[in-house]
Parts: sequence; C-alpha cells; structure tokens
Amino acid sequence: MAVSESVSTMVAARRSTAQQTRAENRTLTKLTIGPSPWVRAGALAALVVVAALWLLPLAWGAVTSFKHEAEAALPASWWPSQGWTLDAYRQVLGNSELLGWMWNSLVVAVLVTALTVLISAMAAFAFSQTLFKGRSLLQFLTVASIMMPGQILIVPLFKQMQALGLVDTFAGIVLPQVVAPVMVFILKRFFDAIPAELLDAARIDGAGTWRLFWTIVLPLSRSILVAVAIFVFIGAWNNFLWPFIVTTDPQFMTLPVGLSTVKNAYGVQYAQNMASAMIAALPLLVVFMLFQRRIVQGVATTGMGGQ
Amino acid sequence: MTASSTSLSAPVARPSRRGTGTRTRPVADTARSSLRARDRSGYLFVAPFAVATGLFLLWPTVYGLWMSFTDQSLTATESSFIGIDNYVEAFSDPQVWTTLWHTVWFTVLSTVPLVVVALLMALLVHTGLPGQWVWRMSFFAPFLLTSAVVSSLASWLFQPEIGLLDVWLAKLGLGPVGWLTDENVAMFSIALVTVWWTVGFNFLLYLAALQGIPQQQYEAATIDGAGGWRRLFSITLPQMKTITGVIVVLQLLASLKVFDQIYLLTAGGPNGSTRPILEYVYDMGFTNYRLGYASAISYVFFALILVFTLVRLLPTKKEA
Repeated sequence: MAVSESVSTMVAARRSTAQQTRAENRTLTKLTIGPSPWVRAGALAALVVVAALWLLPLAWGAVTSFKHEAEAALPASWWPSQGWTLDAYRQVLGNSELLGWMWNSLVVAVLVTALTVLISAMAAFAFSQTLFKGRSLLQFLTVASIMMPGQILIVPLFKQMQALGLVDTFAGIVLPQVVAPVMVFILKRFFDAIPAELLDAARIDGAGTWRLFWTIVLPLSRSILVAVAIFVFIGAWNNFLWPFIVTTDPQFMTLPVGLSTVKNAYGVQYAQNMASAMIAALPLLVVFMLFQRRIVQGVATTGMGGQ
Repeated sequence: MTASSTSLSAPVARPSRRGTGTRTRPVADTARSSLRARDRSGYLFVAPFAVATGLFLLWPTVYGLWMSFTDQSLTATESSFIGIDNYVEAFSDPQVWTTLWHTVWFTVLSTVPLVVVALLMALLVHTGLPGQWVWRMSFFAPFLLTSAVVSSLASWLFQPEIGLLDVWLAKLGLGPVGWLTDENVAMFSIALVTVWWTVGFNFLLYLAALQGIPQQQYEAATIDGAGGWRRLFSITLPQMKTITGVIVVLQLLASLKVFDQIYLLTAGGPNGSTRPILEYVYDMGFTNYRLGYASAISYVFFALILVFTLVRLLPTKKEA
C-alpha cells in the first residue's frame, strides 16, 4: 500500500514538475524574445539548423556503420542501394579486442571515480571541519597544484611508473589520475556550508570523526558528490594521453587508446571504423540520456573549477 | 557560482533526531566551533589525498625538473648532470618555437568560436522554446565522445573525394579541399573539429549563467517597453561579462594543452605544420628517447602557462 501510494505520489509530482517546467519555459520565451511569432519562428529555425549541424557527424557515422563495406567508400549516399547490414558490427565485435578495451575502460573509469571521490571528499572534510598541524600549508599546496597541468608531467611520470614496475598495469593507468585538487576545492566549499551546530551536536552525542564524515557530511552532500563523480567518470572514460603513454600491451589498453591503434590497422574499412566509433560512443551517450538533468547540473557546478 | 539548480545548493540543516533545533540558527562560522578545534584527527583524513598528490603530482614535478638538467634517456637507467645545456638547446631549437607557435595559433583559432558559438547556442536555448531536451542533447553530445572517436568521425568527413564534405562541395562545383593534407588548411580543420567537439561544455556554463538572471529584470524592462533586442543588449549580455571572462580563461588553458585530436588526425602533419608543443615533447621523449631534453621543453611550456595563470590571478585579487 505505502509503496504504491508513494509511487503514485512520485508520478504525480513528476507530472506536475513537467507541467511547471513547460509553463516556466513559456514565460521565459515571453520574457526573452517577446510574443512576436516571427521572432520565435526565426529562433526555432536557428536552433533546428545548429542542432542538425551538430548531429551531422554522428548521424553520418551511424549511417556509414550500417552499410556494406563495398558501398561505404562510394560517394556519399544517405540511403544505401545494397540495403542495411550489421556486417561491420559483426566484424568489429568478432575480430577485434574492442569489448576487452571497453571492459578495461569501465574498470579504469570506475576505479578512478571511486578513489578520486573518496580521497577528495576526505581531504575536503579535513580542510573544512577539522584542525590539524600544517592544515593551512596543505591547503595552500592543494590550491597551488590546481595550476599544475598534468600533461607536462608525462615524461617524469612515465619514468616513475617504469621504476615502480607499473607500466602496462591498471594501477599505472589509474593512480596518477586520482589526484584532483580541483575537486577537493569544490567539495570543501560545499562542506563549509554545513552548519557547525549540526556536527557539534553529533560530537556531543559521542560520534567519532569518521562517523561524522560517513553518516552526516556525505549523506548531506549527495548531490555535489554525484556531480563530482559524473565529471570525474566522463574525464576518466575519455582520457587519452596518459593511458596512451603508460600502456603498450593491447591487453591493458583502454577504449580510446585501443581505438586509435585499430584505425591504422583497418586502413580504408570505413564501415568498420564507424562501427567501432559508434560502439565506443554509445555508453556515455546512453548515460547522458538517462541522467541528462544531473549531468547538466554537474557540469555547471564543477565545470568552472570552483570559480 | 552560477548553478541555478536548487538540489545542488548548500545543504540545509535538518533538525537532528534528538531535536537540538539546529534549523532556527543560520549557517554559523565553522571556524568558531570549539568542538572542531578539539578534533585533531584531520590529518588522517587528508593523508590519502596528500600521499597521492605527493607521489603523482609533486614528486614528478620535482623529478622532471631534475631530469631537465640531465641527459636522461628513456632506455638508460644512468644519467649525468649537464647543467642548463638542455635549456640552451631548447631556446635555440627552431622546432620548439615552431611547435609553440602552432599551439598558440590553435589556441587563438579555437578559443574565439568556442566562446562565441557557445554563447549563441545558450542564448537560443534560453529562449525557452520547445524541445529543450533535444537542443541540450545535440549541442552537448559530442563533448561525451573520446578523442579517438572524434578523430574517426572527423577523418571520415574530411576524406578526400569520398568524404561527405568534399562530396557536398563538389555538388556546388567547389573543391576538393585538402582538409587535413593542405598545410594552409589543416589547422583550421582541426580547430573546426575542436569547436564541434567541445563547445557543448561552454554552452552549459553559459546556460547556467543565463538561468541565474532574475526574471524580474525582464519583467520590469518589458513593462518599461523594452523590446526583445533591447532586453538582450541591456539585460542579458551585460550580465554575461563575468562568466565570459571565466570561460575565456578556462578555454585558453584547455586549448594550450592541445594534443589528442592533432596527434590522431594529422600526427602533427602535413609536413609538421600542425604539430603542437606537447607533441614535440612526446616525440622527443618517447620517439627519440631523450627524456632529459623533453623535460626541459615541458618546463619551458609550463613556465608559459604559469605566467599566464598568474597574470590572470592578479585582477581577481584586486576585486576581492
């Protein structure tokens, strides 16, 4: 009973939010470009044109991926005369290590995300809600290291990984990526806003610092944690340079790195090239469609690096 | 912060289970909490991050600096100190200056449209016209692609003769264009691809900023008889100044680090005409095995970025 009730309330709530959003959008239209139907039609036409241009490369890639290889290289047609086929997908999934690379990417991205969020949140909590010797110095170093572009460290980092025996290992790909001082900074600003009384009350009740962090601070910060996690995940999933430097064994390659090696191997197999591109693109596009609202918010919150 | 969402705003104190009534008091200055002062376990919490930063950020920074004063090679374990020889060589190496110029040229070519197009997109979407979901998805989707997918799609579109762009140009009686093979065109093609790929990110930043403009301002202006264009130029655009400054700086810093799409699309070619400085570092270190020299070039490049970052920090301080 209670469950079905709460579900129906949720559905109703969602419907009313949708209606509300629509009403808000109508108001917005009136306020920004006014009531003129001509201006509206013009703006709408501009949106359609730009959106079509932006979707064109993906659409063309998708169309090519469903063509027979022989026809793919013929001058462009949007409707293949030999009909549609899944041949390219069969070839790519059957012959290459694509699925293995995808799995590697997933493992790497999940590990990077989990570790980054955990250690960044812990550090942010320490900076925000505790006092210890050297806190200001560490905080200063954290802010200063935001300025350090990771790209210029590839040479010494590679030498270091060689020395540690971490070349061609997941640890070697993951560990250098978990250092995200920007995220610490963003989370700290958020934790700063948690009322001190709330934490003091818990302390009086005898909660240890770890409990404070785990049962009060983290649950209160779920939205920002999700935003940071999404941001880190997208970055880790798509990261090219570092995994490219630190892996030479195809067995440990992530999707972006593996894909870049395959491109040359296929040569002029356009349908297959596009099929692997589509397979590689799909996971994040699906994730985006499912969590659009959260991702849009997340980019807005974390994207500016706490400016 | 310009995020407009309510769910991402700072957490509001909820009354605790034991009813200490925290809700009635506003957010307190956490620094004044005496109980917090007694909590000294913070160093345990900061330890994992500090260790990771020390190992994978600070140490390589120091190690790389040291390496730049040696003749370290990729294959050898031993190296010897050679003073500033690498730097002397770097400053007289024409390739350092050429690739640095390519990086700067790419940054200029990409940053302007990446800011202007993003703003136009955000203004169009912020009209609240139907299809919000579709517009956001279309503009932001390319940003979710990895550089390898982006360059696959782009090199297919740019394919001479049979690529879609050349086919379309041929219908107009133009072309073919050497999109990635003509030295005078390749960098523009790469900038074009980059705009398509990453503009969605700036678009979302602008959109969030636009949503932060209070509606009352528009209402008041409408009552005063201001038309759509007037509202755009007198209300909307002036309030985009701050965020534009932020986006320009973030974009410049991002563009200066260009590597992926150039390496994957042209490998620095044709004839080295698009090779950015980061690729020169990579080539020196991992193709020529000269890690010491590659480090020195990295640090020359780092110095440039650092000067840029510090210059940009100055006005911020004045405002504060």
